[in-house]
Amino acid sequence: MSLVFYILSALTVAGGLAAVLLRNMVHCVLALTVAFAGLALLFLNLDAQFAGFAQILVYIGAVAILVVFAILLTRGSETSRDGIFSRTWLAGLAAAAAVFAVLGWAVLHSMRQLPHETTVPDVTVKQIGQLLVSRYVLPLEIVAVLLTVALIGAVIIAMQEKEESQ
Amino acid sequence: MTPLAGYLLVAALLFSIGLAGALTRRNAILVLIGIELMLNAANLNLIAFWRYGPHPEALTGMMFAIYSIAVAAAEAAVGLGLVIQIYRHAKTTDLDHMNRMKG
Repeated sequence: MSLVFYILSALTVAGGLAAVLLRNMVHCVLALTVAFAGLALLFLNLDAQFAGFAQILVYIGAVAILVVFAILLTRGSETSRDGIFSRTWLAGLAAAAAVFAVLGWAVLHSMRQLPHETTVPDVTVKQIGQLLVSRYVLPLEIVAVLLTVALIGAVIIAMQEKEESQ
Repeated sequence: MTPLAGYLLVAALLFSIGLAGALTRRNAILVLIGIELMLNAANLNLIAFWRYGPHPEALTGMMFAIYSIAVAAAEAAVGLGLVIQIYRHAKTTDLDHMNRMKG
């Protein structure tokens, strides 16, 4: 375990915690962006360059901006009068803690040595592209249809309805 | 602790943070943020297993993570569109006030 891993994971977890805990929602999205950037750096640390840069482009470039637009359109930057956590926050926190306990227990009690801890996989973007249009071409087409349908659907859902009385 | 266990623990912690956010926050957009954090934690697991598992040259985990990123982007677009429409209808994004199925 290298020092870089500890720094990046601390950054990511701190960003995630701040995104969930802060009062002002714009600050929450900024903290979420820090968490996304930390995850992208963790991907790069795992020698997954393509996934790391895709993470930066899609999440920091698109999803974070989309969330900021939604917050500003819904005036979410005004904090609610009756607190930011719901009435059943204790049950939610207990469920999340239980999930973490089970996951952590499973991770720590089921590890064996894996073969590739020292060797670095040699993967180029060219290989990824060739696999995308050969072996994984059907999922690629399905994702293309899914993205088209989802974006048209999102526009139709969010579109202002015309006043019928006029 | 092996490197893989470290990455899996970070992903588990991030998933739990996202789950806690999705279950405890009042605002619908913050619930979506929690769901995004959970999806990202799953992606970290996929990439870590790809890196340390057998046959990384087959790129299975990497492909899974890339498709997962694309599906998460579609989910965010539809979810935020729904939140905006609900805000227009109910004038609030507070989930505790949305307790009716019929407008």
